[in-house]
This record gives sequence, C-alpha cells and structure tokens, in this order.
Amino acid sequence: MAMARESVAVAARSTVSAEAKLALLEELQRCADIASAAQSTAEWLVTHAGAERTIVAAADHSRGRLAGIAGAGVSTRQYKKLAFSLDEPDHPLVNALTNGSSFSFHRPTDARIPLFGDSGFTSVKVGGGGEDPALGLILICPAVEGPPSNVKWAADALSRSLQRVSMLPVGPVEGDPRLRREHALLFNIINAATDPILFTNMEGQLIIANARAEMLFTAPDDVSEGRRRAVQLNNMFFSAALSRTALGEGEAGRRELLLVDPTEGSDLLFELLSTAVSDPREGTGVVSILRNITDLRQATRQIDENYARLRTAEAEVRAERDRLNLLIDSVADPIIVTDQEGEISLMNNPAGRLFTVVSGSGEDAQRIVRANDAHFTSFVSGLLSTGWETTRRGEIALMDPNTGKQVPVEALAAKMLSEVGELTAIVTILHDRTEAIERNDLYEQLKLASEELEGKVRAATAELANQNELLRRQALELEQASAAKSQFLANVSHELRTPLNAILGYAAMTLQGVSGELSAPQRRNLSRIDANARHLLTLINEILDITRIEAGRMPIQVVAFNLAELVREVTTELEPIIAKSGLEVVSRIGDLPIMRTDRQKVKQILVNLLSNALKFTPKGSITIRAQVQGKHTITVAVIDTGIGIPQADHVKIFEDFRQVDSTPRRAYGGTGLGLSICRRLTTMLRGTLKLESRLAHGSTFTLTLPTTLKK
Amino acid sequence: MPTKNKTEPLVLVVDDFADAREMYGEYLKFCGFRVAEAQNGVEAIDKAKRLKPDLILMDLSMPVVDGWEATRRLKADSTTKGIPVVALTGHAMTGHSESAKSAGCDLVITKPCLPHDLIKEIKKVIGGSGAVAKQKRAPA
Repeated sequence: MAMARESVAVAARSTVSAEAKLALLEELQRCADIASAAQSTAEWLVTHAGAERTIVAAADHSRGRLAGIAGAGVSTRQYKKLAFSLDEPDHPLVNALTNGSSFSFHRPTDARIPLFGDSGFTSVKVGGGGEDPALGLILICPAVEGPPSNVKWAADALSRSLQRVSMLPVGPVEGDPRLRREHALLFNIINAATDPILFTNMEGQLIIANARAEMLFTAPDDVSEGRRRAVQLNNMFFSAALSRTALGEGEAGRRELLLVDPTEGSDLLFELLSTAVSDPREGTGVVSILRNITDLRQATRQIDENYARLRTAEAEVRAERDRLNLLIDSVADPIIVTDQEGEISLMNNPAGRLFTVVSGSGEDAQRIVRANDAHFTSFVSGLLSTGWETTRRGEIALMDPNTGKQVPVEALAAKMLSEVGELTAIVTILHDRTEAIERNDLYEQLKLASEELEGKVRAATAELANQNELLRRQALELEQASAAKSQFLANVSHELRTPLNAILGYAAMTLQGVSGELSAPQRRNLSRIDANARHLLTLINEILDITRIEAGRMPIQVVAFNLAELVREVTTELEPIIAKSGLEVVSRIGDLPIMRTDRQKVKQILVNLLSNALKFTPKGSITIRAQVQGKHTITVAVIDTGIGIPQADHVKIFEDFRQVDSTPRRAYGGTGLGLSICRRLTTMLRGTLKLESRLAHGSTFTLTLPTTLKK
Repeated sequence: MPTKNKTEPLVLVVDDFADAREMYGEYLKFCGFRVAEAQNGVEAIDKAKRLKPDLILMDLSMPVVDGWEATRRLKADSTTKGIPVVALTGHAMTGHSESAKSAGCDLVITKPCLPHDLIKEIKKVIGGSGAVAKQKRAPA
C-alpha cells in the first residue's frame, strides 16, 4: 500500500502547476509570522506536491534547538513532539540540517525519530545556502524518489518568506496590533495586485516584490536551466529599462518592456510605470508597476493585419472590375446591364452605338435611339415581370442610328441574383443576326439553284434514257427490217427461179431437138434466149449469196482438203470456157500443207477469180500460183495479162454491182457482184484479198488464207 | 418418140406447177423413161402406192400436202418406203435441203435444174438397176 501511494505521489509531484506555485507564493506573502508561513507550506505540500504527511521544523541557533512548528496530515501534538538539541551531533536530523540539502530515511529504526511510525520520509533543508546556517527542515512522508524538486522549491519559497518575516519591524508591530494589522493588509493588497509590483533601491537592488513579480524575477536553486536563464534575462531587461527611466529617458517614466514567461517560455509585453519613492528609513527607491499588455498588442496587430487585408481585397475587387470592364468593352456584341428597375446601368461601346445619341446627330438618329430603347425596354421588362424565369431569348428589330439600316438582333438576357436570391441586375447580350440572315438567304438561293440544276440533270437524264429507248427500238426495227428484206429477197429469188427454171428447161430441150429439128435462125434466137436466161440466173444466185451472207445464213463448214486438188477441180470445171478463150492457163503449185477451212467457199472464190481473169484477158496467159507464206498461211494468186484496172478503181471494184465500166453498153458481161462476194467470203474465212494491177498490164488478185480456220 | 416398154423405169413427177411438171415429164419420156404425174402430195402418195414407180421426183412447196409431208408418209409406209425420192426445191436457202433429207428424201436438187442435168442425177440414183433409156444426145 505504501509503495502504491508513493508512486501516485511521484506522479502527482511532477504535475505541480505554475498556478499552484503562484498560489503558495501569494499565500506566503500574506503570512506575517514564521509559524503561519511554515503551516501554509506544510499544507501546500500535502495538497499539491503529493505528500501524505508533512512536518516543518525550525532551527533556533541562538538556543541550540530544533523544534516542529507546523504540520499537515499530522496532529499538533505529533509535530510538537519533535524537539531536540542541535548539540547531538550524531542525531540524523541534525546531520540533515548541517550537511547536504535533502536526505531520505527508509524504514528508520532510530528511536529518536519516531515521527511517522515506521514509514520512510525525506527531509529537505530550508535556507542555509553558503555561510548562513539552515533555518529549518521540511519532513515529508512518504519518502520522495529522486531529487525532491517540488519540495525544494517550496523550501526555498518558505526560506525567502522566513527571511522577509524576520526583517519586518518587530518591536512596534508586536507592540501595536492595529499597526501590525495595517501592515499585513498593505502587504496583502500589494500581493493581490495582478500586475507585478517591485520596489528597488537606488542601486537597483530588489527590496520588495509581490508574488507576480517573484514569478518573473526570482528563480529557486532547483529550477531548470531554461527557467533560470529566463529569470536572468528578465532581470537584465528590467534593470536596463529602470536605468533608462532613472536617466530620464522615455516620457513620464512610461515604457514598454519585453519579458519572458519563465514557466511557459512565451514572450510577455509589459508597460513599465516607474515612480521614485522617498522613504525616511529606507532612503529613496523606485516603485515599478508592470502592466501586461501582451494581449492588447496582439489585438492591435490583429486589427492592423485585418485592415491591410481589407485594403488588398479592395484593390483586388477594383482590378477585377477594371478587367471586367475591359472585357465587356472588347466584346463585339452589344452588352447591356440593367438594374432591377429596368434602367440601363452599364453598357459597352457596341451597345452605346445603338442606344446613345451622339451630340450633333440629326432628328432621325434620335428617333431611332428612342425606338431602340423602347424595343429593348419592352424585351427586358418581359423578363422582369416573370418571377420564375431567369433567362430570356428573343429577337429584337433594332436600327443603326448612324446608318439607319435595320439591325436584326438576337437578345439573350439573364438575371443576376444575389446570394439570398434577390435580383440585382439583368445582363443582356445582343447578337447581330444581319450576317446570319444574309448567309441564310444566300444558302436558300444556292439551294434553289442546286435544285434547278438537279432538275435539269434529271430531265437530261430522262431525255437520254428516252433517246436510248428510241435508238434501241430503232435498232430492233432496223434488225426486223433487215430480216424482212432478207426474207423478201429469198422469196423473190424463189419466185423468180420457178419461171426461170421453165424458161431454161424448155430452151434447152428445144435446142436439144426434143421438139424436132430447128432452122438456123431459130437455133440462133433460141440460143440468145438461153444465154440471157442463164445470165439472169447468175444474177439471182449472186444476189441470193450476198443476202445469205448478210443475213448470217451462210454457215461455215470446215473440212480438211488438198488445195492443189481443189485448183485442179476449178480449172477442170472451167475447162469449156478456157478452151473457148484460147488462153494458156498455168498452175504453179508448191508443196502445200493440208488445208482446214471451208472448201466450198474457197472454191467459189477461186472460180470467181479465174472467171474474171478469163473474162478480162483478151490474149496472153493466166497463172495460178499457190504457195506457203509463213507458218500458218498460204497464198493463192491469180495472175493475168489482161486489160488491167486503173489505180483509182482498186477499191471500187470490190463494191456491190461494180465494174470499172458501168455504162449500159459495156464491153464485158457479168453482174458486178462477183468480187463483192469474194471479199465477203474471204473475210468469213479470216483471210485477205488484194489487188495489184496497172492499166493494160494485167491484174494479180492474191488471196491469203490461214491454213487452219479456227472457229 | 421412144417406144414405151414395161421394163423401162417409171418416174412419178410430182409438181403443182404444170409447166415444170410437164417439161420434166416430156424430157423424161424423150429420154426413154415411163412417166406418171401428180399435182400434190395426196395424189403422189395414191399413185405411188398404186403404180409402184421406180423413182419419185418430188417438188417440196405444194398445196394440200407438201413434199416434206408426202415423203415422210411414203417412207413410213412399208409398201412405198423402198422407192427413191429426189426432191426439187426453188428455195436456195440452207435449211430446206436439210429438212428434206430428214423427211426421207434420197437426193435434193435446187432449181433451176436443166432437164439434161436432172436426167444425170436420176440415173445416178437408179444406178444400174433399171434399164437405161436410150438417149439421143447430150445438150450443147
């Protein structure tokens, strides 16, 4: 139990507050005698420093005795019991009084100190530094672990108090109780003052200090180094300030003094009021009163700071407003600010041009400005009259006062509300729509033009489609007409053949003598009928051939054959004519590959060419020369020594119904369709037919054909 | 005029155009053939069945029953299918010849055809089977 209580005491000891200490100092200041000062200290130690029981003993060196004069936690009888002679050199408490500053007695067995039973205690010396003998002892139970700083502080405080009490004038005080009471009251008044009050002699030595002043200017032995230093500094500052006052500096002895709070370490600002006081006994001294003005100075500084901040804020607001004005003026669109009454309070330059009259402007301009103003006011009042709407958009028809031109604008007005929702202003921005309207007009025109163009294109396309359809129909009609023509020609040819067949048949039969012998003139005439009928037949056949080729009704039949054999066949077939012509017909056939093409058509071409040569060669010879030309081609040339064909007619002779001489009384028979048919057939066989000829020097027709006709 | 003999080949000439029919008939008789004539397909079939000719000279374009149809019926009949049919056509267009052959004609000749040339073709078809009539002379 003792140990537990002791640990609580240790813990409590360390937390003795400055206020508690101040309270003790004040208490001691009020004490006018040794016994009451000792009793106050004993009680303070129990209350604030964690002691259970305390006894204070005073040493009376003149009588050589140490006796208990006060106690706390113990009875009066108990501390009065403590009384012994200082002559007992081996007494533990005498030893504690003369040597060291504190002693701890654990479980004391010495019968001479049966103070707290068998509980341990600590004794701390009061006063007695240096030459002076100790004034007494403070005994504290239970024993204190470690350096008993709080107890020492209390011992010092008590020591100073005892010294002061002993200095008080004893005689009269003791002699006159009224004066003594007055003295005590005065002292209490000084101590009760919350400002530190000091009395110094002319040498600057401190004579009297109240409790507050002691806190600042005195340091007990056991305080921390920091606190001691703070007290030293305070003394230095105070002395300096005081000496300046003594020298007559400052006004009316009033000056500021910056000190350090020894316990807190914070700065304290005081106003120092010093007054010289003359005392007949003590001589002249100085009474100094320090008034704490730390908080006041702080408040002043705060006010200064707030004021500066206010100034800065004001400047910022002004700058902001200037910037805003600049911004508003730099906007090209008119901006107008109206107050809650609808009156214009601010507008930028573009708005000014619409709503203000330039001095010296005409009647018209003034009228326009009035009209603009009326339009604008009616627009804004529309927004003012509605409580719930915060913005309004609309179009206003304004006019430019300088030019008199229409200015259609789109207006956007917005309510500016204060923090409490109260209407402060209406800001309206006008946007000139002239350009937009013009652009729109242009766009409409473009659209119209585009549509027109589109329509034209559509019409042209339709027309084109129409034409195409017409052409297609015409092509179809042409094709049908062509087919009809072919069919017509085929029919005509058939209808012509039937009577021609009879004419030819009867003529031949009669000439043959089927109907009896004929006279010479009869035979001659009948022969002419026969010859003309045959010519007519040839004509009909050739027309039919051309018709068939053009109608695509002459199929190609590819067979393998020997060209030399074919040439022999052709000459054999025409032998009667050759014989009658009396010309020499020579065949010069080289080594030829087997041909694979339409034999019948090749034959028809060769018959035609040879017939022509025989027809147009009065004398000389005809040569048929066939040879290989290149790898896949052969040529067959029919060369005559006949009348020849002038250069100018080389193309013409391949045309339909053409002979060089096309007069009715021409010298040579034939339909004039032969070469035309040859050319067509050659083309069908993918060959060429060329003519080389000079008038009176004969002609050479050269047929060039691929040896194999690929379909 | 040549004497007519039962052993001489009988040619049935079928043509609706009398000039042509009689011309060929006359020339055939001149050349020693026996000749029967028919003006259309129906008559041709009737006479063919009845007379059993050695050869039929058949024009293709005819009224009532044309040459193609008549030939088909003759070739379909077992009693007449052995008789050679030589077709004569005035249509020179290809197609007529093919269709006539597919109808059963043994030979197709395009008009105009001189009597002399016709006899040559007929003799080729009959070959050595029938007695060849004596010919006076070839045409000039």
